[in-house]
Amino acid sequence: MSWRDTSLWTWHVIAGLVILILLGLHMGVMHLSAVLHLSGLNPADVDNPLDWRNVAFRAKQVFFMISYVVLLGAGLFHGLYGLRNILLELGPGPGARRAIGSLLLAVGVVLFVIGTWAAVVARTTALAG
Amino acid sequence: MARVYPNRLGIKGWVVGGRWGVERYLYTLHRLTGLGILTYFLLHVVVTSSRAFGPASWQRAMAAVGAPIFHFGEFLVFAAFAFHAANGLRLVLVELGVLTGKAEEPVYPYKSSLNVQRPFMVVMMIAAAVLIGLGGWEFLGL
Amino acid sequence: MAENARDVRTVCFRIRRFDPAGDKAPYDQDFDVPVPAGMVVLEGLWYIKEHLDGTLAWRSSCRMGVCGSCGMLVNGRPMLACNTQVRDVADDLLLVAPLPNFGIVRDLVPDLMPMFETHRTLLPFIQRDDRTEVLEPTDQYWQSPDQLLEYLQFSFCIKCGCCMAACPTVATDPVYSGPQPLAQAYRYLIDSRDGGFAARREALAGAAGPWRCHYAGECSNVCPKGVDPARAIQLMKRQLVLDYLKLGKMRSRTPAPLLGSDKRKGRRDGIPEAPPFTIESAK
Repeated sequence: MSWRDTSLWTWHVIAGLVILILLGLHMGVMHLSAVLHLSGLNPADVDNPLDWRNVAFRAKQVFFMISYVVLLGAGLFHGLYGLRNILLELGPGPGARRAIGSLLLAVGVVLFVIGTWAAVVARTTALAG
Repeated sequence: MARVYPNRLGIKGWVVGGRWGVERYLYTLHRLTGLGILTYFLLHVVVTSSRAFGPASWQRAMAAVGAPIFHFGEFLVFAAFAFHAANGLRLVLVELGVLTGKAEEPVYPYKSSLNVQRPFMVVMMIAAAVLIGLGGWEFLGL
Repeated sequence: MAENARDVRTVCFRIRRFDPAGDKAPYDQDFDVPVPAGMVVLEGLWYIKEHLDGTLAWRSSCRMGVCGSCGMLVNGRPMLACNTQVRDVADDLLLVAPLPNFGIVRDLVPDLMPMFETHRTLLPFIQRDDRTEVLEPTDQYWQSPDQLLEYLQFSFCIKCGCCMAACPTVATDPVYSGPQPLAQAYRYLIDSRDGGFAARREALAGAAGPWRCHYAGECSNVCPKGVDPARAIQLMKRQLVLDYLKLGKMRSRTPAPLLGSDKRKGRRDGIPEAPPFTIESAK
């Protein structure tokens, strides 16, 4: 119990570095494709990363599937821990602190399950054509 | 002991200036961009999960968030990420003792760890500005 | 106070007043004070008390920036009243208020007890296992100049509370220790004579620890003695994280040994002999 904040913070930092790389890549694919002409990552239409053909192209690849799952986990942990910090710094009582922790954990787990399921199933769907 | 009048600044202490240094405003902006990115992210996971159901489901989801206001919102999220990432990298290096500088005997006028990390802060802000510029170029469709 | 008749300006001191005996809430009161060049805020307060309103209350003692009593919010920034020249921070209006993030006892007097109590819980003293030596010392502890430099800066803290008033986390979070106790915890943690890492680590691992610091840096900006508490807190995070990842050296560090009489023998290389006495009777 006494290690809690030390370990949470350490993993928060590690998650942040993971996000820096993976989300940087994701932002590049999504927002800089037209500007930097990333036809390797958006082969169907370099100006429109949201075109289904581009989405399916990435969904099929194991690299992207795993990256999305890792990014999802790191992003949820990093973001929800940050939100926990903000909420706890407002000085809630012990009951509220426990409730905040449980709620944020629940939101994180639920979204992680949804997102991982989607990444895995999307690969199947995209491979099926 | 006589009663004391409570005098904590509260949330005002996160946001509203006294005569503060740059880094304190960066702290406030880091929180705001983090909250903005998190809000978008939680919705984003749900919306993009529609791709698991195939192209028709994906098109419907994209149509639902296709209006120009959403496109602008995504640019804002991109800008928020550019700042949050650049500032976050600075914070990681400072908070792990890499950019704090060693403890030294203070000689007036005092230089603190803030002075040590400031050049890197400037570089990170320029990097963020460049990224936001690139994102703006994409957003404007130039 | 010295009057320079050629250069006296009138500055309005807007003071935050509060009398617990009669007032429901703090309010502002204006006083016109003649300010010659070089006058500090504290001298302005003495002028008000002597000539305008004898009920004004504040803490001060040394009037030279070493006791830490006169921390106040001057024009929106925490600083020592004795260290601040009025003309450096104001033209014709000077706002003086008690340090925020502390309860107000009366007028400009903050309740600093919570800071002192938190400071105490973080064990601000050298801890060692050799109890007999600690209680009845026989010798000095050995410490190199480099080891001294590791904590010297943080030992200059005068407990004025300016850093606590400037910290955004202390503004909202009553559980967070704040920059002054945390910087002092690091001062003792890193001191080579200290063997109390395990005990301090427990106190610092939770919500009272440095994890709610987000390097806004204002504590170091306002510190009147150059203690740089922000640096101390980040260096402390480094030690705690390294220890958590089992990469740290603090857990296995042995505290400084006693000097021992044999270390005093002889003169180190490069240190010249003392010059001969010039007066016979001084030998």
